[in-house]
Amino acid sequence: MRPLSYARARDEADAIALVSSDPTSAFLAGGTTEIDLVRLGVTRPDRLVDINDLPLADVQDLAGGGVRIGALARMSDVARAPAIVERYPAVAQGLVLAASEQLRNMASMGGNLCQRVRCAYFRDNISPCNKREPGSGCSALEGLNRGHAILGTSEHCIATHPSDVAVALVAFDAVVSTVGPGGAREIAVDDFYREPGDTPDVEHPLDHGELIVAIDLPPLDVARRSSYRKYRDRQSYEFALVSVAVAIDVRDGAVAEVRLALGGVGTKPWRARRAEARLLGAPASSEAFADAAAAELSAAVPREHNAFKVELAQRAIVRALTDAVDGGAR
Amino acid sequence: MSPAIGRPVDRVDGVAKVTGDARYTGEIPLPGLTYATTVGATIPSGRVTAIDADAALAAGGVLAVLTHESLPKVAAQPHLLPSLAGGPAPGESFFPMQDEMVHYAGQPVALVVADSHERAQHAASLVAVSYETSPSVTTIDEGRDAAYEPERLFGGLIPARTERGDVEAALAAAEVRLDLDYRFAANHHNPIEPSATTAVWDEHRLTIYDSTQGIRASQLTVAQLLGIPLADIRVVAGFVGGGFGAKAMIWPHVTLAAMAARVVGRPVRLVLTRPQMFTSAGQREEQEQTLALGASRDGRLTALRHHKLSLTSPFDDWAEPATGVSSQLYACPDYEGVHRLVHGNTMTPTFTRGPGEAVGLYVLETAMDELAYELEIDPVQLRLLNRAGADPNGNPWSSDGLEECLRVGAERFGWAQRNPAPRTRRDGDWLIGSGMATAAYPVPLFMPVQRARARVYADGGAVVQTGTQEFGTGVTTAMAQVAADAFGVALESVRFEAGDTDLPNTSAAVGSAGAGMVSAAVHAAATALRDDLVAMAVADGGSPLHGAQPSAVEVRDGRMLLADQPGTGETYGELMGRNRLADAEAVGSWQPPPLDTPHGLLTFGVQFAEVAVDPEIGLVRVRRLSGAFAPGRVLNPKLARSQLMGGMLWGLGQALLEGNAMDTRHGRWGAINLGEYLVPVNADAPDVTVDLVEVRDEVANTLGVKGVGEIGQVGLAAAIANAVFHATGRRMRELPMAAELVMDPPAAVPA
Repeated sequence: MRPLSYARARDEADAIALVSSDPTSAFLAGGTTEIDLVRLGVTRPDRLVDINDLPLADVQDLAGGGVRIGALARMSDVARAPAIVERYPAVAQGLVLAASEQLRNMASMGGNLCQRVRCAYFRDNISPCNKREPGSGCSALEGLNRGHAILGTSEHCIATHPSDVAVALVAFDAVVSTVGPGGAREIAVDDFYREPGDTPDVEHPLDHGELIVAIDLPPLDVARRSSYRKYRDRQSYEFALVSVAVAIDVRDGAVAEVRLALGGVGTKPWRARRAEARLLGAPASSEAFADAAAAELSAAVPREHNAFKVELAQRAIVRALTDAVDGGAR
Repeated sequence: MSPAIGRPVDRVDGVAKVTGDARYTGEIPLPGLTYATTVGATIPSGRVTAIDADAALAAGGVLAVLTHESLPKVAAQPHLLPSLAGGPAPGESFFPMQDEMVHYAGQPVALVVADSHERAQHAASLVAVSYETSPSVTTIDEGRDAAYEPERLFGGLIPARTERGDVEAALAAAEVRLDLDYRFAANHHNPIEPSATTAVWDEHRLTIYDSTQGIRASQLTVAQLLGIPLADIRVVAGFVGGGFGAKAMIWPHVTLAAMAARVVGRPVRLVLTRPQMFTSAGQREEQEQTLALGASRDGRLTALRHHKLSLTSPFDDWAEPATGVSSQLYACPDYEGVHRLVHGNTMTPTFTRGPGEAVGLYVLETAMDELAYELEIDPVQLRLLNRAGADPNGNPWSSDGLEECLRVGAERFGWAQRNPAPRTRRDGDWLIGSGMATAAYPVPLFMPVQRARARVYADGGAVVQTGTQEFGTGVTTAMAQVAADAFGVALESVRFEAGDTDLPNTSAAVGSAGAGMVSAAVHAAATALRDDLVAMAVADGGSPLHGAQPSAVEVRDGRMLLADQPGTGETYGELMGRNRLADAEAVGSWQPPPLDTPHGLLTFGVQFAEVAVDPEIGLVRVRRLSGAFAPGRVLNPKLARSQLMGGMLWGLGQALLEGNAMDTRHGRWGAINLGEYLVPVNADAPDVTVDLVEVRDEVANTLGVKGVGEIGQVGLAAAIANAVFHATGRRMRELPMAAELVMDPPAAVPA
C-alpha cells in the first residue's frame, strides 16, 4: 500500500478546507470501497481526511413529509429508520439487500453515492481503462463483460453502477445536498450521476473538496407502497444482475402514477423514464408492462457476455410491475 | 472404559481457534523478521526485457529486489510428483526467475524484501518490468488444434487411457444411447488463510514455517531445489487455515522465501496476497468432457466412453484424473476413458477438492439421470440395477455400503414421495425439483511407509506424535482418540502433536488419505508402546501380572489387567515407577497395501438435493441437501459430519457459482479476488443432513478409515443439476450453471 497521511476533521469547515486546499487529499467516511481502492493503487490520495466525527449521521423528518438522511448515516441504520421503512420501503429494501451486514454497519450513505464501479479492469490497475486512465481504452468492450451495463453505455466505458440504494433514490427524485468552498448547493440525484460518454473518469459533478452533507427524499405518497427487488447470483454479498425499484398507483384500471428505476444494467442508477412515459395513463395490464419494459430496453446495447441481461431486465420489470399492482409480494 | 473412537468429541483446538489464540504461519513472531513479496508477470507469454528496480529500492524499508539476474539458481530442475507419493512435490516442473522467459501471467519475475509486509507490497508496485510479448494460448479453444493424448498423467503416476472391451462396438449395438457434451470453467480454491512461508537460516540450517498440507513435501522439495541435506531443513506448521488442494503441492514461493532469507541474512516471511492466490497455487483446469453411454432397454449399462480435454501448462502433462470412478462405479463391460490435453500459458493445474472425479462424476451422474428418464426408471433404482459388486478386474470392494447409503439417503430425503415428472411443482415464482446422484471416490494407496511415535510418562500422561499437519480437518483431535484406544488410556490423558518434520514421517494429507494413513501409524505406535509395557509387566517379578500371557492382558484406563480376572493388574505408572522409568517410548509404522492389492478401492455415498428455480430469471436456490456416506470407520462423527457437510456446500458452489474466465487478450484471469470469484455465502446454505453408514474395511488401512475429505463433495453438483432438470425440464451441461444458462430461453425480445 502506498504511504499516505491521515487527518481527522473537527467540523464541516475544517474538512472542506483540508481537502479543497490540497488536490491530493480525499475525504474518508466508512472507507469500505475507498480503502480497497487505495490498497489496489487505483486511487492514489496522499492524505485521507476522516470526516466521521462530523454530526451528519441523523435521519430526520423534513417539513412537508420528506426525510433528510445525513451523509454519515450508516446504511444499516438508515435501513432500520422508521421514516424510511414506512415512507420509502424501496430505499430500506435496497439497503438491506446490499453488500453484507458488516459492510452496511460501516458504510455511509454519502459514500454509497460515491462508490466506484466494480469493473475488474478498472480495479486490476493493469488493463487499459478510460475511467482509471483517460484515453487508455476500455478493456470491457470486447472483454469479460458479463457484469457490465447495457444501458447508458458508450464506446469508452460500460461499467455498471453498483449501488442498490441509489436505484431507489433516483426513482424518488432524491436530492443531494453539498457544501463546498463555494458554498452550499443541491443536486438532483439523477443529475449527480452521469453517463460515461467520452469522459468516464468524471463520475459526478462534485468539485474537489465539496462534501455531501445530506440526501433529501421529497414527500411522495406512491413511495409508501414501493418495493425494491434484486436478482443476483448468490443470496447475499453480491451485486445485482438486475434490480428494480418500483412504485405504482393504479386508478380505475389505468396507471395514474409510476416510478421505475433499474440497477445492475445501467452505467448509472437507471431511471426508466421511457417506460414510465409509456405506462402513464396506460391500462395496468401485462401487455402494457411488457411494452413499457421493451421501450426502455430498446436503447440497450448488449455485449458478448451480458446480452442475457436484456431479456432478464425485461422479465424483471414486468414482474416487478405486476407484483406491485397485485399488491402481493411473492 | 468406552472407546474414544466413534465419540463426537469437540475439537481440542476449538477454543484456541475461536478466541484467536491459535497461531498461523503468518503470525509467528520472530526477531529481525523481514517480509517478501513476489512481482507477477502481467503477460502470459514472452520475455522480460528490462527490470527497473530503482524506485522500489528507494522506497522506505526495502532490503532487496531480486530478479532473474540476481536470484540464485536452483540446484535441480523440479519435477512434478503428487505429494502423497512421498517425494519432492513441486507443483510444476518449473522454477521461476531462472531466466527471462515468461510462461504464464502471474509467474514471479521479481522478489522484493522489506521491513514490513506493507512496505514490501508498495515497493513491489514500483518495480517496473518491461516485456516482449509473444503469442499465447490460455484457453482450450485457442489450443484445440494442438490437443494431444499424453501417455501418462500426474507426473507419470497414472495412465491417461483406461480401456476394456470394445466400446465402439458396444455403443453401436446399444439399445439406448446418449451422447453428451459438457463444459467446465476453471476453478480457483481459496482457503481462508492464503499460502504463507517463513524461512529462518541458522548458519547452514534452515527452518521453514509453512502453511501446507504436507510438511514433509515442503522439506523434500526445498532440499532438492536448494541442494542442501534433508537433515539441515526442518519444516514446522502449527495451524494451517485450510488447504483444499491449494496447499497439497509445494509451489515456488516456499523456496523463494528461503532464497530471500539467505540473501538478506534475516528471517523472511512471504504471504501470498489474495490476488496472488489466483496465480501462485494452481487451479482446477478449464475442461470439456464427453460421455457416450449405451444401455439396454431394461436399464443395464453396456458401454461407457468418457473423454476429458483440458488445459495444462507448458511444463507438465497434468490433468486431474476424471475417469477413476466412471471406469468402475457401475458394472459395464465395455469402457474407454481418455484424457487429452492442450498446452497453454497457465501455471500447472493442481488438485482441487475431489480432484478430477468431482467433475467426472458430474458427467456420469447427470448422464445416469438422463438415462433414467429416457428409460422411465427411478434414478435410485437405476443405480441399484447397475451397482457393481466388484471392480472391473473382478476384485471385491474392500468395503462397500452403496446400497445402504441409497436406502438411508432416500429415506431421509423422502425420495419415495417424489413425482418424477419434470416441471410439475411450483411455489410462486419458483419451480421445485429434486435430484440425486451417487458419490464415489477412489481410495489411494501410493503413499510410502507412515510412522508415528508414542511416549508415556510415569505420571500417566501420553504424547503421540507424527509429522502430519492440522489444516482444519480435526486430525489433532481424532488422532488423540485413536491413540487413547490403542494405548488403553482415557482420551484426556493423551495429547497428539504434529506439524514438525523432526517428528516421524507421514505423507502429505491429500486425496482423503490423511485420516487413514495417520491413524494407522498412530495406532501402530500406541499399540507398540502398550505391548512393550505389557511385556515388561509380565516379565517383572514385582508385577501382579508377572508370568501372565501378554495376550491375556487388557489395558483399561491406563491399568493393565488380566481380562478374565480384572482385579489383578497395575497401572502403567506403577510399573514404570517401580522400574525407575520416567517415561517409555515406542515408534510404530504402517506399510500401505501394495498397489496391486486384489480389492476394489472406492468410497461410496449418495447425494440428494431439492432446489427452487426461478425459470424466468435463471436463479437456482438449494432448499435442502441430504447425504449418506460410507467412509469406512468414523473416528469422530462430529468432525466427520462437519467435513462432509463442508464438502456438500463446496459442491453447491461447484454447481452454481464457482468459475473463472480467462481474458485471452491479456492471458489473465477475470477474477482475482473473492468479490469477483463467487463462492457460496451463509445465505446460500440450505438445511443439510448427513448420515453416516459405517462399513468395515480390512484392506485400506489398519482401522479401516476411508476418509471424508472428498466423498461429501463429489456427486453433489450432479444431484443439484438433476434437481434443476426435475424442476425445469432443462439439462445443465455447463458449470457453473449461471443465470443465463438456467433461464428459460427467451421468447423473441419485443422490438
